[in-house]
Amino acid sequence: MRHLGALGFMLFWMLAASGVYLYLRFDTSATGAYTSIGELEWWFGGVLRSVHRYAADAFVLVTIAHVIREIWFGRFRGWRAFTWISGVPLLWLLYASGLIGYWLVWDTRSQFSFLATLEWLGIAARAGEAPGRLFSLFVFLHIGLPLALLAGMWVHVQRLGQPKTSPPRAIAFAFMGMVAALAVLRPAASEPQWDPVRASQNVAVDWFYQFIHPLMYATSPAFLWVLVLGVSALLLVLPYFSKQKVMAARVDPANCNGCGRCVADCPYQAVILSEKNKASVSAERCAACGICAGACPSSTPFRSIRELVSGIELPDLTMQELRGKVQAALACGSKELVFRCEKLERQGDITLRCLAMLPPAFVEYALRNGAQRVRAVGCEGECAYRLGMELCDERFAGRREPHLRATVRAERHGHEYSFVLG
Amino acid sequence: MKALRIAAQFALYVPLMAILAYFSTEPRFSMVAPDEALVRVSFIHATQRREACRERSSEELAKLAPNMRASLDCPRERSPLLVEVELDGKLVLRREVQPSGLRRDGNVAVYERMALPAGRHRIVARLRDRAQGEFNYVKDETLELAGGRVLIIDFNAGRGGFEFLI
Repeated sequence: MRHLGALGFMLFWMLAASGVYLYLRFDTSATGAYTSIGELEWWFGGVLRSVHRYAADAFVLVTIAHVIREIWFGRFRGWRAFTWISGVPLLWLLYASGLIGYWLVWDTRSQFSFLATLEWLGIAARAGEAPGRLFSLFVFLHIGLPLALLAGMWVHVQRLGQPKTSPPRAIAFAFMGMVAALAVLRPAASEPQWDPVRASQNVAVDWFYQFIHPLMYATSPAFLWVLVLGVSALLLVLPYFSKQKVMAARVDPANCNGCGRCVADCPYQAVILSEKNKASVSAERCAACGICAGACPSSTPFRSIRELVSGIELPDLTMQELRGKVQAALACGSKELVFRCEKLERQGDITLRCLAMLPPAFVEYALRNGAQRVRAVGCEGECAYRLGMELCDERFAGRREPHLRATVRAERHGHEYSFVLG
Repeated sequence: MKALRIAAQFALYVPLMAILAYFSTEPRFSMVAPDEALVRVSFIHATQRREACRERSSEELAKLAPNMRASLDCPRERSPLLVEVELDGKLVLRREVQPSGLRRDGNVAVYERMALPAGRHRIVARLRDRAQGEFNYVKDETLELAGGRVLIIDFNAGRGGFEFLI
């Protein structure tokens, strides 16, 4: 479920790839469009047409699930507001692209959808003005709007560090296989050709896109406007209902060497390198997860200075405090030290905002100062700050700086790491 | 474990496939019942000017800049449009529509849709596109409307007025 956004990207590319072939075979005139679609060979063009249809429907399903999931986890507030708000127009673009795509078939379903849309917009009287002449505009819009959607999707992920725009291979293949199987088992078919004097009866409505038309006929165009604008407005203002207040990370220029590790690891692109080659934090984008502090090379407890000040750290949970907690636990004679993500807080453990806030040097420090074993426990499911567990994996495996030194042996069991001196 | 994961994936994708397959075309939707026809009144028309054009006198013309000396002074505002549709002697539509535009000098757009039982019907359409007086366009016709068909009542002054397209 956490790959819904990435699946959206994948479905977009499936639509683009199948759409290119369909466009090559498509007669871009109202008189020839219907016939050119009917002439597609079933075993290739027909399958691609069906893939185009079902990928578009799956795109809606995945998008709606993505929106519901993000609302459920409250991922629209504070530092996520930009990503959330930039996603709202994408819903409009997705629906507009899909609706107009259906008009290109020029069958009675297109006719139904076209007239219903004009009725909704209050310009149905113009339906008689040679819709054939508008056909090239529909073609243009069906290319232009998806391009705008792609641009919007690019903006949508701009405030995310290391955004995931492709799902894991297994999920991607399974999803593509599902759409392809559907295309073969239940090929998309046209309705009878557009006929202005034929009433819309027994129309094979695509409920993923065209549900708005029956809804409008069951209520009124005004109701549909209120509903659509109301839902859009609600989604847009959602981030402002409950603003999350956090104490943003702060930079200590004297201890920052401008290495850029915090910039690379920040999950929300809140840290940049200034012209003076020092890290700089954008407070409104900062989630205060502390991942930047965990990435900072100066966050090492082995430093001999009296007060440990890191190049970048959280004002309400400094590296000095963290070292103090470790020292206090060791002084009590603890042989096992547990660092834990605060989402799983348990009595006696040292809690961190995110497990990736833990610099690997702290693990070695604890082991060299009396602990026989150190455990680090992260989020059970998906990391609350997106990248925590991935960064921990890479740092503890020595693939990412700051890495855990080879003298410490690390093992991962589920969402828990265990360390001993090796 | 791997087999379990594959089974779990399968269990997720099969209902998803069923949802996609079903809702991409079903349930079907009908705007009118099989034994009904649809009448669609749909046209755009530029009505007559509210006030007639007036010939400018030579004194008036002389006062105007040389490039503005049009002999006719035509007020921009157009008349409202009055349209009526009668089905089997019963008035089913009567609307007065103002021309579009801030100065009411644009076209009038009319769109109405109504369902009626299939069969033989006497249809009378009337339109007035001037400020006062009787209807200046009338069409009266008896038509056989089959179930599921659309009667489009169009209007084109250049082609003589109402057109019943079936």
